[in-house]
Amino acid sequence: MEKKTPLYETHQKYGGKIVPFAGYLLPVQYGIGVIAEHMAVREACGLFDVSHMGEITCVGPDALKLLNEILTNDFSCMYDGQARYSVMCYENGGCVDDLIVYKVRENCYFIVVNAANQEKDFAWMKAHEQGDAVFTDISDTVAQIALQGPKAQQILGRLLPEESFPTKYYSANFDAEIGGMKCVVSKTGYTGSGGYELYLAADQAPAMWELLMEAGKEDGLIPCGLGARDTLRLEAGMPLYGHEMDETVTPLEAGLNFAVKLNKESFIGKEALASAGTSRVRVGLKVTGRGIVREHMAVYCDDEQIGTKQVGMTTSGTHAPYLGYPVAMALVDPAVATVGTNLSADVRGRRVAMTVVPLPFYSATRKK
Amino acid sequence: MNFPEELRYAKSHEWVKIEEGNAIIGLTDYAQSELGDLVFVNLPEVGDELTAGEAFGDVESVKAVSDVYSPVSGTVAEINEELLDHPERINEAPYEAWFVKVENVTAEEELFDAAAYEAHCAAESED
Repeated sequence: MEKKTPLYETHQKYGGKIVPFAGYLLPVQYGIGVIAEHMAVREACGLFDVSHMGEITCVGPDALKLLNEILTNDFSCMYDGQARYSVMCYENGGCVDDLIVYKVRENCYFIVVNAANQEKDFAWMKAHEQGDAVFTDISDTVAQIALQGPKAQQILGRLLPEESFPTKYYSANFDAEIGGMKCVVSKTGYTGSGGYELYLAADQAPAMWELLMEAGKEDGLIPCGLGARDTLRLEAGMPLYGHEMDETVTPLEAGLNFAVKLNKESFIGKEALASAGTSRVRVGLKVTGRGIVREHMAVYCDDEQIGTKQVGMTTSGTHAPYLGYPVAMALVDPAVATVGTNLSADVRGRRVAMTVVPLPFYSATRKK
Repeated sequence: MNFPEELRYAKSHEWVKIEEGNAIIGLTDYAQSELGDLVFVNLPEVGDELTAGEAFGDVESVKAVSDVYSPVSGTVAEINEELLDHPERINEAPYEAWFVKVENVTAEEELFDAAAYEAHCAAESED
């Protein structure tokens, strides 16, 4: 039985097409459609219910030490409110999950994990607790709303005084208040178009949603579903757990080297990651032939020297609405990972041509 | 939702207009609405033989791929090449955005009239 987020009735009111996802009933799209929702985020602003995401706190005098032991990134030298992306690895280097850690203040951290992994993550964290620090799963009491797009700051500015805005990308204000509701305002997102993510008490989410919708009316703010969330993150080249990485893929293969600090004294998975060679890497692919390349499709190289052989598998793929052509990500042999390499995918028995291109496909600063 | 009286419908959500051994085939309004924004269409070639009840092409929305089944057996006489570059036409005007014209129609699937098809869609929506 799927759970409802605190915004379930709100989605119904706005015409959301509800589907089960990661144990929750969420809107895959609203009446206007995935492409229009996608374009709204690129050109104006979109509002997403991401309350399915899991939230876990880590509190105690040994919290920093504990996080540095079970996560791949280094959380020393963070200021209060700062956010940092990380991977949580198994001993063998495979990924338990990817997540974001916020330093609320000394000895107090706020962690956001993928909905589908929440229970697994929490169990893993509890099993590895050590010293004087405790993990607590607060997912059921926390709602998350994402306001994403170039107009996000302008819209939020109608509700939030300038001094309450987090100033830097990947930082948050944990003492913000909007319409009398206490909330965390974080300058983060999963769309590639900038914006904010708000965390607040679950029972206040419907009121917050309506406040934001009203404030964004004149800027073209529309509600967006899971469909657009996926096409946006893919177009922005962002990895998704269960696609670009999972328990069989290391963060180094997934291209997440920036979040793996092998110079840390120790962390779970360090030995495996430090000694393993990289037999495959994540690449971005632009589809140049006719067709949509999706996940789990075999990738081939037809090269005079290498010959025709399978060199990897796609991990995600879709039509990229803003760019106007299909893109995919794949884990491939490093020998064919150079930008400009021509590859092909087996799309239900038909070969579709692709070229390795730099990631991200879309960047707000670079545009098309 | 639109269900033109003059067309007949397959339970797999294609519409067909059959006249004197020729057929025109497309996707219904209900189908395009369920699939969402279409971004790719794969069509057969002129001269291909179609078999009633078997897939002859596919459409992809941003979400998923779906086969398109032929309500009739026959030979592809013409394909709507405009759809290859503009699959969104199917969303905009599903009964104008025909996929293929078929000649020498020899067999057809069991087909619904407009009222029966509307009832079929209503029942499917409730699942």
